Amino acid sequence: MKLDSMYQEIILDHYRNPHGKGLRDGDAEVHHVNPTCGDEITLRVRLDGAVVADVSYESQGCSISQASASVLNDLVVGKPIGEAQAIQEAFLELMQSKGQAEGDEEVLEDAVAFAGVSKYPARVKCALLSWMAWKDATAKALAEQPAINN
Amino acid sequence: MTIIHPGSTLAGLLDTDAIRKDFPVLQRVLHDGKPLVYLDNAATSQKPRQVLDALNAYYEQHNANVHRGVHVLAEEATALYEGARDKVAAFINAPSRDEVIFTKNASESLNLVANMLGWADEPYRVDADAEIVITEMEHHSNIVPWQLLSQRTGAKLKWFGLTDEGRLDLSDIEQLITEKTKIVSFTLVSNLLGTINPVEAIVRRAQDVGALVLIDASQAAPHMVLDVQALEADFVAFTGHKMLAPTGIGVLWGRQELLEDLPPFLGGGEMIETVTMGSSTYAPAPHKFEAGTPPIAQAVGLGAAIDYLSNVGMEKIAAHEHAITEYAVARLQEVPDLRIIGPRTAVDRGAAISFVLGDIHPHDVGQVLDEQGIAVRVGHHCARPVCLRYGVPATTRASFYLYSTPGEVDLLIDGLHHVRNFFG
Repeated sequence: MKLDSMYQEIILDHYRNPHGKGLRDGDAEVHHVNPTCGDEITLRVRLDGAVVADVSYESQGCSISQASASVLNDLVVGKPIGEAQAIQEAFLELMQSKGQAEGDEEVLEDAVAFAGVSKYPARVKCALLSWMAWKDATAKALAEQPAINN
Repeated sequence: MTIIHPGSTLAGLLDTDAIRKDFPVLQRVLHDGKPLVYLDNAATSQKPRQVLDALNAYYEQHNANVHRGVHVLAEEATALYEGARDKVAAFINAPSRDEVIFTKNASESLNLVANMLGWADEPYRVDADAEIVITEMEHHSNIVPWQLLSQRTGAKLKWFGLTDEGRLDLSDIEQLITEKTKIVSFTLVSNLLGTINPVEAIVRRAQDVGALVLIDASQAAPHMVLDVQALEADFVAFTGHKMLAPTGIGVLWGRQELLEDLPPFLGGGEMIETVTMGSSTYAPAPHKFEAGTPPIAQAVGLGAAIDYLSNVGMEKIAAHEHAITEYAVARLQEVPDLRIIGPRTAVDRGAAISFVLGDIHPHDVGQVLDEQGIAVRVGHHCARPVCLRYGVPATTRASFYLYSTPGEVDLLIDGLHHVRNFFG
């Protein structure tokens, strides 16, 4: 059934038990909304040198957007910024694939479960909400810390 | 076990078997053989064969630009376009066909009035001393134009709040609508809550202080008898695509003397009397407000839609939807954890019903319903302040029309049980 390709068990698990949820100290904060459905996220990034030390967030939204934020937290916290940015780009590419890509599990880990979501244009924005917020917050944090901006 | 629901024996229903045969898209079968259950009528309605045929016939036989040219097609196109205006005028009981302005949608109609009032001379002019009154249950199209006008002129924007039951709170009407109020603009039927608003009380107060009244009838014109004279408003706006017509055609009705006094909105061809390089004089209404080539085929389609609705009968359509709504409101409340956002009875209520289902996000509700062939709207329905008022980020909305059946309500209820199991 098509629906199961979107709501994979991995996604529902992250939705029911989101990782890293809640706001903690950060170097930069952003607030992003999905104007078509009202989903919202406030996301903070804390950098430690060139490493993503923490990504914390408060959000409201559908299972896809909530699970995606949880997976984001899993994938980028503790990674060098450059590697985290490469993961973000790989996830973006997967979500823009219109169901044609499977995603590289080596890079994306649990996030490959979102491959099925890419077939539903109305839901791609849900999956990308937290990732775009993270990209924005990271750019802001880097801009505010020119000393470590390589 | 087969459960016979009382829905099949509701009083006042239309012959939906016959009506549904007129709507080709309602024959569609979606994923794995599920018949389409179209419950997104407050967003847009489906189109009957009669409207589609009118569009085709227009383009195949009569297509030309209107109000110019002396050839056969130009005259036929003009007669069809102006004939649609006659049909609209009769449908809303307008005193004069010249009071019916074609726009591209209700948003344009509302923006047209807001802009005219910003540019008008006294006594209509909205300026820094003026006040504008709207309500908290408006569609964004009846909020943002007034915010823009307020920002440009310095006028104060005020609004009616809502009760916990999903109705307008009129308790402070005398403080809200005052001698300073230039315009009161409100929706006749809420697109999110389904509430039918008490027009008379608001119009009476507005008239007492000399304020103009604009009624957004987008969710009313498709569903009930709309009589602009009985409403006693100064302007009434609605859109075609929610009432069986194509997209791209809307209506603004306005009282003749106002349309004569107020300045034009867009300038261009068709809205002029004479033009020199220095200045222009304007055509009388309605053409003064219809710059450029209008949506001709769409107006013809709206005329065909009005013929269709009138043949069925607006009173019968309202009775049908009332029966379906009463049944749906009752059955929805059987679903555990379901909370209706809006009136929980069918009294003074239209056929759009919003709800939340426990903590399952409306996007997820809509997705799982879609898998069963059921089309609903999810989100804030372009009425985000209402969501904020009731403390929900979004809702799921089922909305019915003349072709909706009690059986479709039953399928929705079954679908919602399935949603709960899926995310449970």
